[in-house]
Order: sequence, then C-alpha cells, then structure tokens
Amino acid sequence: MARQRPDERPFPPGAYPLIVVGSGAGGLQVSYWLRRFGIRHAVLSADEAPGGMFRRWPLFQRLLSWTKPYALPDRTVRAFERYDWNSLLADEPELRGLAATFMDGTSSFPSRPEMEANLVAFAERARIAVRFGCRWTATRRDEGAAGSRFVLETTDGEYSAPIVVFAVGVAEPFRPPIPGIELAHHYAAVRAPETYAGRRVLVIGKRNSGFELANGLLPWAASIVLVSPSPAKLSVLTRSLVGVRARYVQPYEDFALGGGVGLLDAAVERIERLDGALAARLRPTDGGEPMTVAADEIIEATGFAAPVGDLPELGVAVVGQARVPAQTVWWESASLPGIFFAGTLSQGSGGLKKHGQPSNSGAVHGFRYNARILAEHLATTAFGRSLERSPIDPAEVVDRLLEEATLGPELWHQKGYLAWVVGLDPATGPRDGGVVPLAAFVDGLAPAEPTAVAMSVEADAAGEIAPVLYVRAAGRVTEHVLPGQRLHEFRTAEHRRAVAAALRPLGRGLVAVD
Amino acid sequence: MASPDEIADTIAGFTLFADLPAAGLAEVAHEFEEVWFAEGERILRQGLTGSGFYVILDGECSIQIDGVERAVLGRGDFFGEVSILLGEPPIADVVATRAVRCIQLPGPKVEGFLVDHPRVMYRMLQALARRFRTVNRWRS
Repeated sequence: MARQRPDERPFPPGAYPLIVVGSGAGGLQVSYWLRRFGIRHAVLSADEAPGGMFRRWPLFQRLLSWTKPYALPDRTVRAFERYDWNSLLADEPELRGLAATFMDGTSSFPSRPEMEANLVAFAERARIAVRFGCRWTATRRDEGAAGSRFVLETTDGEYSAPIVVFAVGVAEPFRPPIPGIELAHHYAAVRAPETYAGRRVLVIGKRNSGFELANGLLPWAASIVLVSPSPAKLSVLTRSLVGVRARYVQPYEDFALGGGVGLLDAAVERIERLDGALAARLRPTDGGEPMTVAADEIIEATGFAAPVGDLPELGVAVVGQARVPAQTVWWESASLPGIFFAGTLSQGSGGLKKHGQPSNSGAVHGFRYNARILAEHLATTAFGRSLERSPIDPAEVVDRLLEEATLGPELWHQKGYLAWVVGLDPATGPRDGGVVPLAAFVDGLAPAEPTAVAMSVEADAAGEIAPVLYVRAAGRVTEHVLPGQRLHEFRTAEHRRAVAAALRPLGRGLVAVD
Repeated sequence: MASPDEIADTIAGFTLFADLPAAGLAEVAHEFEEVWFAEGERILRQGLTGSGFYVILDGECSIQIDGVERAVLGRGDFFGEVSILLGEPPIADVVATRAVRCIQLPGPKVEGFLVDHPRVMYRMLQALARRFRTVNRWRS
C-alpha cells in the first residue's frame, strides 16, 4: 500500500459519531462492519499501513494459526471459515477467505509476510479508509450540552466522539519488576538468531513466545533454559489455545529426552553479572533450594501489555499484567461506558469460561466475529438501526439448531463464548436472533424475546466437545448438554430427540418438536 | 490492574493463604487469573455447569438463591468451591453488588491445586466448618 501523503489522508481532526483507533485485523474488521451498517466513523492509526502486529511479529516469521486452502468448502462460503483462522469476514464473496490466496503451499500456517499481505489486500479491496500516521496521545472527557464526548488528542490534532472503539492490540512489551531486569532483553528486542550461536540462553517465560524463541534458537544456542513459576502447559493436553502450541513443542521434547534444554518451575528473584556473564537467582516453586543459573543471554518472553495509554486514569479498569480492559459482554469498558474494544483486546470480555475454557477472542479467528457482533450492537443501541431478523419455520427450528452446532464457524471458533439464538415470541413465531455472546443470552440481554433458545458448542473439563442447548423461559435458563459425536456430526436422530425433548415444555405452538 | 507481585502481596493477608511461603504466594498469583466485574454483573450462575473458584481481592458480592439474597461476601472471602467439590452446578447466583476484583481458578484445576497446597485445603476446611456451624446454630 502506497504511503499516504499528509494532504490525502481521510478523517481530518474534528467531531465524529464514532472513532476507531487501530488498523490491525481488529480495527479493519470493526470498521468494515460499521460501514456495512451505515455508521459513519473515523479510523485513526499510528502505523503507516494496515496489518497491526503482523507488520512485525511473530519473531520467527511464521504464524501459529492455520488456513487450509484446499478444505472441502469453497473459500468464498461461510463454512470455509472453519478451516481458515486468518481471513477477515465480509459479505462479498470476493473479500472472503483472502488469506488462502496468499499462501505459497510450504505450510498450512501463513508466513508473517503472507498474513500482512492478506490484511493489506482486505483493507484495499474493501476500501477501508484509515488515517495513517496519526498517533493517539491522550484522552479526556468533555461534558457538553449534547452529552458526554471523548476527546482524543493525536499527533494531528483533536478528535471527539461519544463512542470510541480501541483496537490497539496487546503489543507493548511487558517487563516484570525483577531486580536486574535491565541486564536482560525482551522478546521484542531479540536479535537475528545467528547472533546467539554458542551462547547459553535463559528464557524467562514458558508460554508460546518463550517456546517460539527456544524453538527458533535450537539450531544456534549452546543451551537453553526456560524458567517461570508455573509448569509449562501444552495445547495438545489442555485442548485449548491455553498452552504451548504444537508448532513450538520441540524444545519440550528436547528437555524430556535430556537434549540440552532445561525447564524450571521457579520465580526469578534477581539477575546479576557474574564472571563476565549473567546469573539468574531462582526460587523454585515446586520445592527445593534456591538455585543460580548462569547464562550469556537472558531474554524475557514475559508477554505484552495493552497500550491503553491514559485510559486507566480516565476510569477504564484493566486487569492482569497485560492491562487488558475489563469489559461487559458487549465489549464495552465495564467501568467507563462509551469506550469499547475490538481485536485482541476483546479478550477482556471473558464470557462464562465454563470448565475453564477461555474464549478465542485473543486471536483473529475469534475476534473477527466479536467485531461483527459489536458493530451490530452499536448499530442497534446507539445509532437507531434495526436489523432484519428472518422468521424460521417452527418445523425447522430443531434442524437449524443442530445445523449451526455442526457447521457454524462462530460456534466452533468461539466455543462456549458465542451462541446462535432463536427468539420464540408466540405472536411472531420463531425468529433468527443471530450470533450473540452466550453470557448475553443466559443473563437475559439478548435476544429481546423472553422465551428463546441458544445453541453453543462447548468443551467439557475432559476436553470432550458437545453441543449445549440453553432454553430461556419463565425467567429461568436451563442448560441441556447434548450427546457428543465422534466426528462432531450433530445432525442425528439422537440429537433431534434430545433437542425436541428440551423444547417440548415450551409448547407445540412455538416449535414443532415431533 | 495488578502484577503477580502485587496480587501475591494482597493475598498474603488473606486467611485462606496465610500459611503459604512467599514462593507459594507467587505461584498462586501466577496460576490464578485476575478478573473484574462491574456492579450488577453475575459472576456465578445458579444451575449452570462448569464454574470456577473465586477469591475476592476488592469489592462486594451478594449470594442469591432464586433472586433472594442469602449472604454478602467481601475482601478475602471466596466462593464457587462447593459446586466444584461436589461436581454439581452452583445452587446460587453470585452477583457483584459493586465493582469486584477477584482472582479465579477454573473448576478443573481446583482439586490439583488443593492437593498440592494442603495448608490452603486445611484453611478452606476451617472456613467450611465455620459456615456449617453457623447453619447449625440457626437451626437449633
């Protein structure tokens, strides 16, 4: 994408109905859907081109989220989204499944440049307007005659809007408060791999970035020790995105086989210089005496924090060392109404986390749906739009529920977090309520009908995947865990009987269950 | 917002974790997740499976059965353990009556955590015994 000349840039400073900050996958996706709903908004970005974190990371230039170009569904249909974690969503067939068109066949995981090209192409082809080179620097709130507005100070001047959506990622290096940490360097400052040749490397952190680093340095480093207080988790065992992904598991096997990699469960007390090298003083968390590990290089793979600037001072509650804003089910700041979040920051709306299963909102394949639902929510609650909600034949409700459970990409990518809902108003008959956060359904926030059903796909404590039906009637929500199925095909007679049994108490007028 | 160190400092003053050495507190702060709820938000939901174990860092929660308040919990109190220990859905809603900051451990991890930290399990037993005694006093 050609660099914008200052005089060509859209969105001069001023007042807007809504402002989006950020031009990564989250900012582009929410802007796309806001425009589909006819909501005028400005998009501001400190970067010079679209792509967000993928303009720079992952460090070793290969993603850990896949796209399978030759899946059975054509890449332009909704069902393909199940097989494609990296494309943004669109209504137009020519804008769908774009990631697949940039992959050169060497891996089912796009390279970083392929992912960046995918996002740049989406921005260009969907004509997402962004004011690049405009850095948000400070925020304040103005109470005027027309109500409360947020004023964003930027390097180009002041912008104001009653609603701001921040899609600024989680990309600010987090440095733990360890004495001597200045002797270490952060993942974000890692040098070319060959400069670690023959070096003893200590990595602080045993999550994906720590293992990515260790994996990338295996051909170069003399020894690698990974240290953090908790044991390493592996995604193949947690059966969720919590845990080290299979792509980075090689150092774990080297450790298990005694091959020059160490894994320690310990807190790092301090880092010191020792005999011309570095030493980390460790306090094991799994018992045992304090210990010292000598290293030539110490790297913090301690993660990133959200670059939320002065929002906490304005009243935005943030949690954890990543400083992710606490959010309502609709991705609005839980403490400062009018401030919303999209992209990877939408993980701050945690959902029900049933059986400890987190949402996938930190990744593109999860948050792209959140962005669409957020745009729908803003369209209907703040901009007076009404969404068309298709009627469903009462005879088809059971089959439609099981079809969504089997095929719905939103339900599969956001297990236990997003649900497809059907409103059951006796006056109008069943209506498609779309996909909403499951927490919004069980807490009675969506859909509007007091009687309604929701279908989600969930993993239980053992990681077994099954559809779960929720029925809301007479002010109560009941949960019905449906049977699993080895190949996740839920359109079976057994499942029809189970759904029909759960819906039968609602009465035959609403849903045909026989 | 709190780093694991700040959380470790906070929970060091809680009865539940009173016997843990510094390394144990650091592990708790690392293992549990910090969560924040706005006033009126439901944290536990009556009848829904798969809930977690929560320890309140700040704020206040109301325990409600069928919408009727049965108890109020505050800083240092914990909830969610009964349904996890019994493997049953919670029999009450827990609702934030003002902004609440907690640390949370997913249900499937609670057994392993308690077995690894018998002193925390003992403190939890003491708290459950106190609740049991209170209930018996009401009845007598």
